[in-house]
Amino acid sequence: MPSIFYILLRRLRVPLIVLITIYAVSILGFVMIPGQDDQGQVWQMSFFHAFYFVSYMASTIGFGEIPYAFSEGQRLWTVFTIYASVIGWIYSIGATLGVLQDPAFVRLRREHAFRRAVQQLRTPFYLICGYGDTGSTLVQALADDGIPSVVIDLDENRINELLLTDFLSRPLGMVGDASKPVVLERAGVTSPWCMGCIALTDSDQANLLIALCTEVLNPPLRLLARAETAEMAANINSFGGNEAINPFETFADQLELALNAPCHYTLSNWLSGMPHQTLSEPVFPGKGVWVLAGFGRFGKALYRRLQHAGIQVQVIDVRESHTRLPGGSIIGLGTEADTLKAAGVETATGVVAGTPDDGNNLSILMTARELNPDLFMVARQNQRDNGLIYDRAGFQLTMKRGDVIAHRIYALLRTPLIRDFLTLAMQQNRAWVNLLLSRIIGVVEDEVPLLWEVQVSMNEAPALFEACMLGGVRLEHLLRHPRDREQRVSAIPLLLKRAEGSLLLPAEDTALQVRDRILMCARRPVQGEMDWACQNHTVLHYLMTGEELSGSWLWRRLRAWRQARSGAAA
Amino acid sequence: MNLEKVVFGFFIVLALTLNFGFFVGDIDNPDHHHAFELFAALVVSLIASVLKFGDRTHLGAIFLATSLVADLQLVVAAIFWGYASHVSPDGLTSAAMVSIVSMSGGALLANITSVVLLVAETITVRR
Repeated sequence: MPSIFYILLRRLRVPLIVLITIYAVSILGFVMIPGQDDQGQVWQMSFFHAFYFVSYMASTIGFGEIPYAFSEGQRLWTVFTIYASVIGWIYSIGATLGVLQDPAFVRLRREHAFRRAVQQLRTPFYLICGYGDTGSTLVQALADDGIPSVVIDLDENRINELLLTDFLSRPLGMVGDASKPVVLERAGVTSPWCMGCIALTDSDQANLLIALCTEVLNPPLRLLARAETAEMAANINSFGGNEAINPFETFADQLELALNAPCHYTLSNWLSGMPHQTLSEPVFPGKGVWVLAGFGRFGKALYRRLQHAGIQVQVIDVRESHTRLPGGSIIGLGTEADTLKAAGVETATGVVAGTPDDGNNLSILMTARELNPDLFMVARQNQRDNGLIYDRAGFQLTMKRGDVIAHRIYALLRTPLIRDFLTLAMQQNRAWVNLLLSRIIGVVEDEVPLLWEVQVSMNEAPALFEACMLGGVRLEHLLRHPRDREQRVSAIPLLLKRAEGSLLLPAEDTALQVRDRILMCARRPVQGEMDWACQNHTVLHYLMTGEELSGSWLWRRLRAWRQARSGAAA
Repeated sequence: MNLEKVVFGFFIVLALTLNFGFFVGDIDNPDHHHAFELFAALVVSLIASVLKFGDRTHLGAIFLATSLVADLQLVVAAIFWGYASHVSPDGLTSAAMVSIVSMSGGALLANITSVVLLVAETITVRR
């Protein structure tokens, strides 16, 4: 039996004993006090009558004096018992309500409900530690894909916020310190349905502890952690198969790609977007002189990448005593025109506002825009609440710390085919990528495309699997519309992976084989149509041959018989 | 000395003694079995059950179980007595009395188990 039940019982001991005693004394009194029956004879209540009377009297139902009118003695006793029983009930009900509303008891009850819910989860889920900007973005993206999450956070308000969301697959949440092994275990880190643990707390130390606990409690479990310093990232990566994500390095990598190969950057950005994210405009940063304001962790990561890309960088930082500041750096905040002019903003190609203060960052970029309207502007956004103002300001690139990590983790959690495809695509030339970009624009509207994997396997696509066993299925069959095969669904097969090797943008007449894996790219609703074809024999048969196949056994028999007859006649 | 232990022991032993007091006598003779004694045994047994609530040990669980068995038997005996003397057309016959007393006999066994457990627990605690 759950411990919560015992606790309730223990807290209710005294009220229950009080009630039993009041009832016992009242009943005993009525049995002993003599009364009169309708003939005026002395009559004593039996226990049966006394219990009946006390029951309806104590619950204030009050049927009256049954079975005979009471004697004065009985009435006197009734007066006492009325007050005693009413007080007894008020006390007991009050005590019960008090226990039920006790904050400690409420927390215990919530914890208990959470544990049960986690134990009853029978679908693959992710365990997410920390529900800040990153956590909430990630939970929503996973929920859009139908994957439930279990969330732990220290802050009760955030958990309440989580429980009030109306996602399709409801996330579970608990207030707790995720770096404690007990809490992690309760949240299902050892559950066979847990696909991975994602450590997103504000503290690197806590993330490290979560990684360690996960490694010990469930070694094969996948772990992704946020790490804001290179040392901590190396530490987390040093054991197990962990993946640590540093938001600054990740963003710097993207900026370097955007500088070196803008089309490749756009392709990678579109294909690793979150669900329902709007398609971003392609950016073309120039390779002239760049001004970098703020030389903290973010500034340093960008400085290294820009240097690596062969770009001359002029650093502005407020701290004169900064030891690792490159030579020739300007000392100042960068928010005033003088400093920016001294750094050469008027002739520069790009400017990066990378201080940890949103006000300063906005001010730097606004001033820089006044001085040189053609600048390529990169902004660092620290607070999520300022998102609106950053969006309106129209900077070419905005680094939102939470979003960078959420996007990266989401991309890592999805099918590994996306990574395979991007690795291959990055080696292609610019013309190839541009052609692919225009094809993608053709199949999507204003949201990023959905990428999913079509697996030719018995479990995932039974109809397709059986058809492939017989042979004769080509990729083009899947691309026909299930309602009218003359029409085509607007989807692009990006990659076909099979044992012999991968085919980049496979041709439509490619014959499909068992165990093939195809990465499809299309708008969201198209996935349902293609799944239908993969799972339904009749639909797939129609797509392949154009014949409407009857589903029922009788009709199939009749058709076979008629075919046999017409064959015999011929 | 622990007052909680005194109260606990008191109610468990009292439940047994009252139950025994009701049980002794000719099994079919209503004069040998008084309704007050059954009432007292039932009330004390209920209080003893409530006192056993919330103990999460294995022994605590067995205590509660024996007590619930005693309650059940005594409640059935009391209901049957009420039925026999007020509802049944035959009234309180000796056959009905036999049923009532044998029900309380079952409760007696449960109460004995309870006391044996209490003694066993007391012996293991050398304080």
